[in-house]
Amino acid sequence: MKILHGTRRSKPKGRNGDLSHGLLLRLELPSDPSLLCAVRGAVERLTESFGFSAPDCRAVTRAVDEALTNIIRHSYHGRPDRPIEMLFRSVHGAATPKASEGLEILLCDRGPSIKRAQLCLRELEEVRPGGLGLHFIQQSMDIVEYQRANGTNRLRLVKYVRAPKREVNS
Amino acid sequence: MQISSRQLYKTTIFDVSGDIDLANSPAVRKALLKEVRDNRTPRVVMNLSNVRYIDSSGVASLVEGLKASRDVGSRFILFGLSTSAREVLQLSRLLKIFEVYDNEEQALAG
Repeated sequence: MKILHGTRRSKPKGRNGDLSHGLLLRLELPSDPSLLCAVRGAVERLTESFGFSAPDCRAVTRAVDEALTNIIRHSYHGRPDRPIEMLFRSVHGAATPKASEGLEILLCDRGPSIKRAQLCLRELEEVRPGGLGLHFIQQSMDIVEYQRANGTNRLRLVKYVRAPKREVNS
Repeated sequence: MQISSRQLYKTTIFDVSGDIDLANSPAVRKALLKEVRDNRTPRVVMNLSNVRYIDSSGVASLVEGLKASRDVGSRFILFGLSTSAREVLQLSRLLKIFEVYDNEEQALAG
């Protein structure tokens, strides 16, 4: 796993288009399931420092982990050597009147286009294995958007901070 | 992740430690199904006290274990769920489907 950028609340530098605006962390990793644990650790720390509550830290970590799992299983069919890029950015928006600052996560892969049917949620009343990952992502995040552009699948996840931001004394 | 088993009367207890995710849920599934289907153990208990995180593939493995145990008429029990593990079972509306206890003593007495 390669950590390409790791600044705290960086100011926009105008490079790489809009994607550098508010950039907190950029990760490049191969589609190897053994790296999921390391990514979860990084996301846990990032969400804690961002000021999310403990349940929301777990929610964001779970959503990212499930999104990566979906990429590995469905986009790359279990191949462990395909590229995945992740960008974590601070964004401002208003999902609710109390929410202003949020964490945006972009997950990009070079697999085939995702079929619309693959993005449908199954009924939870059915007790059967499989099909839960997308539910976990939807239930954990405020915004879940999928786009296909230039041969890349891009999943955009956003979670807004609801609790008042904690003061951090240095 | 590590998984080991203990035999106690007509019960097999699996002690799992570490995270259960895409990298290792197949190992959990394999161990569970072997115990339930091949060994026909009357009661299979999963000790999840040292499991901090379970993803959807881990939940799927537990569901497979549960369904297999129902097929052969045995019991499938979980205990020691972490906050995160309990959350994913709640999110997937499976918490009430599984037989869940707080600790091993309660699981064996249940």
